[in-house]
Amino acid sequence: MALQPITSTNNAVHAVQHIPMAIPAVLNGRTLEANRSIPLNLDWVEGVRVNTSAVERRAATHVARRTVKKETQAAWLLRAIACMDLTTLSGDDSADRVRRLCAKARNPLQRHIVKGLGIEDLRLTVGAVCVYHAFVETAVKALEGSGIPVAAVSAGFPAGLSPLAERVEEIHRSVEAGAEEIDIVITRAHVFSGEWQALYDEVAAFKQAAGPAHLKVILGTGDLMTLRNVARASWVAMMAGADFIKTSTGKEAVNATLPVSLIMVRCIRDYAERTGMAVGFKPAGGIRTAKQALDWLALMKDELGRPWLEPSLFRFGASGMLGDIERQLEHHLTGRYSATYRHPIA
Amino acid sequence: MSIAEKFLSMEYGAAPEDPKEAVQWLERHQRRFEEFIGGAWVRPASGEYMTTSDPSTGETIAEVAKGNTDDVEAAVAAARKALPAWQALSGHERARYLYALARQVQKHSRRLAVLETMDNGKPIRESRDIDIPLVARHFYHHAGWAQLLEQEFPNYTACGVVGQVIPWNFPLLMFAWKVAPALAAGNTVVIKPAKYTPLTALAFAELAMEVGLPPGVLNVLTCDAKTGQALIEHPGIDKVAFTGSTEVGRIIRKATANSTKKLSLELGGKSPFVVFDDADLDSAVEGLVDAIWFNQGEVCCAGSRLLVQERVAETLYSKLRARMETLRVGAPLDKAVDIGAVVSPVQLDTIRKMVDAGVAEGAKCWQPSNPLPEKGCFYPPTLLTDVHPAATVVQEEIFGPVLVAMTFRTPAEAAELANNTVYGLAASIWSENINVALDLASKVKAGVVWVNCTNQFDAACGFGGYRESGYGREGGREGMLEYLTPKWLHALPAAAANAAKIEAPDEEEGFTRAGSPPGSNIDRTVKQYIGGKQARPDSGYSFPVHGRGGELLGEAPLGNRKDIRNAVEAARNAAGWAQTTAHYRAQVIYFLAENTIQRRDEIAHRLARAAGDKQATVEVDLSIERIFSYAAWADKYEGVVHHPPGRNITIAMPEPVGAIGILAPSGAPLLGLLSLVLPAMAMGNTVVAVPSEKYPLIIGDLYQLLDTSDVPGGVVNLVAGRPAELAKTLAEHDGIEAIWCFRSNEEATMVRAASIGNMKQVWTNDGHEYDWFNPSQAEGRWFLQHATQVKNIWAPYGE
Repeated sequence: MALQPITSTNNAVHAVQHIPMAIPAVLNGRTLEANRSIPLNLDWVEGVRVNTSAVERRAATHVARRTVKKETQAAWLLRAIACMDLTTLSGDDSADRVRRLCAKARNPLQRHIVKGLGIEDLRLTVGAVCVYHAFVETAVKALEGSGIPVAAVSAGFPAGLSPLAERVEEIHRSVEAGAEEIDIVITRAHVFSGEWQALYDEVAAFKQAAGPAHLKVILGTGDLMTLRNVARASWVAMMAGADFIKTSTGKEAVNATLPVSLIMVRCIRDYAERTGMAVGFKPAGGIRTAKQALDWLALMKDELGRPWLEPSLFRFGASGMLGDIERQLEHHLTGRYSATYRHPIA
Repeated sequence: MSIAEKFLSMEYGAAPEDPKEAVQWLERHQRRFEEFIGGAWVRPASGEYMTTSDPSTGETIAEVAKGNTDDVEAAVAAARKALPAWQALSGHERARYLYALARQVQKHSRRLAVLETMDNGKPIRESRDIDIPLVARHFYHHAGWAQLLEQEFPNYTACGVVGQVIPWNFPLLMFAWKVAPALAAGNTVVIKPAKYTPLTALAFAELAMEVGLPPGVLNVLTCDAKTGQALIEHPGIDKVAFTGSTEVGRIIRKATANSTKKLSLELGGKSPFVVFDDADLDSAVEGLVDAIWFNQGEVCCAGSRLLVQERVAETLYSKLRARMETLRVGAPLDKAVDIGAVVSPVQLDTIRKMVDAGVAEGAKCWQPSNPLPEKGCFYPPTLLTDVHPAATVVQEEIFGPVLVAMTFRTPAEAAELANNTVYGLAASIWSENINVALDLASKVKAGVVWVNCTNQFDAACGFGGYRESGYGREGGREGMLEYLTPKWLHALPAAAANAAKIEAPDEEEGFTRAGSPPGSNIDRTVKQYIGGKQARPDSGYSFPVHGRGGELLGEAPLGNRKDIRNAVEAARNAAGWAQTTAHYRAQVIYFLAENTIQRRDEIAHRLARAAGDKQATVEVDLSIERIFSYAAWADKYEGVVHHPPGRNITIAMPEPVGAIGILAPSGAPLLGLLSLVLPAMAMGNTVVAVPSEKYPLIIGDLYQLLDTSDVPGGVVNLVAGRPAELAKTLAEHDGIEAIWCFRSNEEATMVRAASIGNMKQVWTNDGHEYDWFNPSQAEGRWFLQHATQVKNIWAPYGE
């Protein structure tokens, strides 16, 4: 958990107040447990009903129904930072670049912004740093003492087409290297061919390999093409024990979209109602602006409620978004629009 | 609250739309508005003003003129004066004005949206994203119709001066729906906005001045309902268009009964929202939000009656309740509010009383826990379960954010429950199975059907109801036709004033024969024709029918209200005719033609005694042609597919109106009767027809032809008697969906006034004598248009 004990409030002179670190996962009055594997129930998979047009309509109008302004907007943008998996997943990543990312993860906002917003006591950091296996050790070292977990993409990321044994082994190695979170990809072909048992077995194997590390299951929604496929894959991943379900690798032609997110979030809700267990959600890829961050936060709040605005149940996979948020927050303070180069890059 | 605290609570803060520009506009007018008459702001004759207020705060926004009948006179005179020059413009010239209005609405869209929200209480999201964009779209679309008028409606002309009365729920949108087609068709307009919400109409009037719309083409009268009625009744008004309650619709129908004013009514509804067990339930829940919690439920076509398949009912209800908890009720100008203020304290009180009555009748009421604003007219989203079709809240329109929910087991039961209402405006159907959805779409009695969506509107797609939801359509080609009239119609001579006297006493007085003694033809027994069988008249009386020289030709059955009752029942029982294929109906009608050809000489011979040799032969020959015509039309009067914005098709499907009562003209006994019966029959309607009293014996020939032509029993029922008397029974009969009266003005007036029971469609000759011998006037689309009503089925697609 990256979020430090939070203190109140505007002025440093106030007494330090300790606030519970995470809000319990509650849905419609029912306290949920953490997810664990349950037997595959094909009725839930086959019973999926998704009307694409209606989902698109809801996604489009939801954005128009919700907005936050001024201090509320600033607070929500801070929330987006707290729920952010600051990510670098490029072929040209280097140790130095990862260290730079980790430094930004510790101090996502410039000091004058933190001070200006009066949030020194929040000791705000991002939710996690997300890298390839090769940089797990570098990141763990760079983040030492910060409490920020390292997430490793794994299991043949991004296509997921290497032999299963190798994918499982890759997870083992990342966990051994210190990754506390593992973002794996599924074999998309299992979805196209309706091989739900194979998909279930695969994710269950990854879950077992991850051990204590949190497992985020990337569905590759851009590859799955239809919202019904997304919903079916979500169900299988959750039953196989996913801690989070995640939209995309960032490498597909289409990444996180609001309609796709809405469908996954609805699956999480139905799953919680049927099983009493909470699964987190991570949209990733293509979310670059502060405005988008607010749209997703509102979606989570309205569809699942406040607990899904905690990093324990919600993450953004993003690399460029932090810069835009920082600029927006500076604008909030100064009333002037800032330029990108004025903020330290990740 | 500090930012850190907000970071923890993650509540929505206030997100107010800045009303500054709209307020400045109000101030520029010193918050006092005159009427817009003859292109200028005119002080009310009364010198009096009324106020309009913001329902979310109760604060007065502005004063508006309180017009009286003098202002009505002035406005109608201004519109009348402007009419010739406006009509003399080319379609293109009118198109440029409409286009300019569309642009002007877009340019000032936010001011209009804010004003609308202040005056009506609807959330700014809706006025900004739905109402005002649709207003602009309506003017764009109708700029197009103005441009294409001469090409697309070559034989039509504008009605003249149009009087329009609009409601408060979508003030500017309803204004656009009324004004755009009226102007596009070349009419001039006097429009009365609702008392609660006059501001955007006045703001629009100002935009009209800015684009230089000629003075008098558009006049806006702000006044109370009584003065509004004076507008509708004004003899200088040629066409009346009204949107509002069914109750007021009835008053308007009655008030205009003695005129030939064209009338379109868009009235109330209690529209079903049907959810099958294979629906995407989460999406259906969002559909319900759009259906009943859109515009505070103050929507005539609101999906206010939820019908859910039994096995998913509890799941749906629980999803719905959870969703209701996240609906934000509050200041309408807040950009993150879902439900704003109810329009007025009166309306709020009505909603409360209806919900209380529902609970008193046994309904279970559920409302979310969110607090309402302390002041202002707010009502929470409400779900009533444990209701039954007999409950008041299920039958009557609440016009508030109140959903009533019932369950069904089978698709057949869904259809039965959906249609178990006096209304027929809209329906929403949710299923992932297209067969199931389209099957119900075809069965539901509603002018608009939304498959897996709801409350979708577009200028290209007609909107309007069946049954007591009114008649006429707004939008699209159907909507344009409401503001047009055939050019040849007004050139026709006036109809004969009175019906011929039937020489038979009232039943009560007993039977005393008058006239000549029985001649050689008396042995031919003509009966009524009901349900495919010849039937003796209930009265047991007959009346003599005389030839041109006064000679007795025979005796016709003297029908009474019981014969009509039986005939209507037979017609309703034959409703399966509507489900037959068009090809089948064509074959039956061709066969009717064939049999008529076989008996041509014999029929002509008999008809000659009443109509003369020359006319009789021509009439029978033309009748044969006419039968052929409608056999041809049976499978050719088809709908269109609209492509409104978005990934969606809208199927505009002409459907039969139902059981139609026909009062045949006296001019051409056979041809006149057939000219009305055939289009009705060809389109799948069933008919109860009353022949001319001049030669009712024609039904004897006609039913023999029907009998031998495989026309199913009950499709055409023929009842002879005193037309005026039978017309009244037909007009009052709730089982009759439309009545066509092609007789005298007196009978037409009576029929219009008597039609208000079930708000049946009335079509008359408008005081003209149709020339049944002229095919360009006496057959074709003009008739088929009246024999059908358009159902628009919205079918979004995409995977």
